[in-house]
Amino acid sequence: MRGQGPMSEDPMSAAASGPDVTSELLVVENLTVTLPTTRGPVAVVKDVSFTVGRNETVGIVGESGSGKSMTSLAIMGLLPRGALTTGSVRLDGVELLGLGDREMRRIRGAQASMIFQDPLSSLNPYYTVGLQIEEMYRAHLGGSRKEARKVAVEALERVGIPEPERRTGHYPHQFSGGQRQRIMIAMALVCSPGLLIADEPTTALDVTVQAQILRLLADLQRQTRTGMVFITHDLAVISSIATRVLVMCRGEQVEYGTAEQVFSAPEHAYTRRLLESIPRITDDLSADEVVL
Amino acid sequence: MARYLAGRITGLVLILFLVCLFTYLIFFKLSPDPALMICGKTCTPERVTQIRTVLGIDKPFLTQFWDFLSGLFAGRDYGSGTNLVHCPAPCLGYSFQTNQSVWQMVLDRLPVTATLAIGAATLWLLAGITMGLLSAVKEGTWWDRSAMNLALGGASIPNYVLALALQYVLVVKLQILPFPSSVAFTDAPWLWFQSYLMPWIVLATGAACLYARLTRANVIDTLAENFFRTARSKGLAPVLTMRRHALRPALTPIVTIFGMDFAALLGGALITETVFGLNGIGKMAADSIAKNDQPVIMAVTLLAAFFVVVGNVVVDLVYTALDPRVRIR
Repeated sequence: MRGQGPMSEDPMSAAASGPDVTSELLVVENLTVTLPTTRGPVAVVKDVSFTVGRNETVGIVGESGSGKSMTSLAIMGLLPRGALTTGSVRLDGVELLGLGDREMRRIRGAQASMIFQDPLSSLNPYYTVGLQIEEMYRAHLGGSRKEARKVAVEALERVGIPEPERRTGHYPHQFSGGQRQRIMIAMALVCSPGLLIADEPTTALDVTVQAQILRLLADLQRQTRTGMVFITHDLAVISSIATRVLVMCRGEQVEYGTAEQVFSAPEHAYTRRLLESIPRITDDLSADEVVL
Repeated sequence: MARYLAGRITGLVLILFLVCLFTYLIFFKLSPDPALMICGKTCTPERVTQIRTVLGIDKPFLTQFWDFLSGLFAGRDYGSGTNLVHCPAPCLGYSFQTNQSVWQMVLDRLPVTATLAIGAATLWLLAGITMGLLSAVKEGTWWDRSAMNLALGGASIPNYVLALALQYVLVVKLQILPFPSSVAFTDAPWLWFQSYLMPWIVLATGAACLYARLTRANVIDTLAENFFRTARSKGLAPVLTMRRHALRPALTPIVTIFGMDFAALLGGALITETVFGLNGIGKMAADSIAKNDQPVIMAVTLLAAFFVVVGNVVVDLVYTALDPRVRIR
């Protein structure tokens, strides 16, 4: 509807060398989400299509209310009650839309997991971070408490939390903002899912920490070959990590292509306005490098 | 932790001391002369003076107050010579009406009030939390709206109306229950249960309705929390998701309110005990106020204050154990 056909007909020709974009992990086709409101149903996501390859990062960009988060919640089957979804979401060839609660639960966390914008409120303040990682591991892979604890310690170690053994017994409020997001990442990856959806994971963090978290995500992705959907309103961040970019505005997909295409030759006026709103992307990127 | 506890206990003692002081002051200044009351109609001035001396109320206020306080902790003697009566600690004096030891009266009646409080609390927690939880999960449905309207109504009924209505319907009309009588649990457990059932329901109704609304609001808030969304995104079993990520956070604040309500109830349920003729602390308070029985009023006031103040400290300690974010320095 915006001059963009379904991506399956148009395999990426300008694919980046590293990520395996030809092997499709997640295929979203004509996804439409309608929410019931007091003034009748409102479509918050309209006819969105994109593909994520194994080990690839696809960025979804747009301002608040553009439908980015609704798209990710629709993939996870976590939309608010009464939401209506049409189209197709296939993960590893399995159609997710229309799956029952039980089947969907088996996929959440095990094959697709999510990290969120505010790591403090996204962790349960009443339980230790160790337990919150363990419960996820045990829900999908079983095992004793002791085994799960060992896995939790390893998971914290992998994301660079010092003294992981001791820290599993601590509560979320006892960590810094950056550490909390590291814990969220550790938790999301504890069952080695194929897909990680990161919904503005660095927005609530300050710039230095932001860069560290991005570096961590990139490192982990290299090790685990996880496909990633990275949602943000920050174009600088997207250009540094995504191979393909989807631009959304008011629930509609206004632009979709390789990061190169979108940033150097945006087709849509909205994308151009977005790009103009941040002066000199390249400078920002080199600033990230300096900080690291 | 030790410093915190020491501070809290100091505060507790200070508040109880002030309650003592003001209660004593009110009776010293405002109530009629107990000697005249005890003496009765055929009274001589000599007899009045004698009673005053025995009770120690001929002394100045501060001396009397000191006698009262030291009596609480060390016991005290009334009268002298052959008339000497020793009142062992904790001495709350003797009732002007029955001449019984007030401490003994409290000990006799406390089990009744405690039974009432424990039974009612169990009932209102079960009913209130269940109702609130169901309403929260079914938010906006027909069930939710009717339950919440019912709760509003239930919370608005005065205890004496409910007590009389229940008695009329269950005892007089339907004759399902016997009229409440004071029987020991060990003598007749079934009759004991039947006797306490109505008072429990009366005491629990208002609180259950409030707790239902509170639980509903807290659970709805928690279901909208980011960490609940995280829990769902983790693919946990529904029971685990609800228990750890909805109920625990939603019910923890209710502990605070419950502690206070329960403590207040231990101080006596005046109306309910009176209506059902249960010999608890509340009935004792009502009787003593009606007859201006100062030592008993004093004891009942202190006891209620004691439960509320101690309840407060206990609630704080329990809360620090339940919410890891609250740390005691």
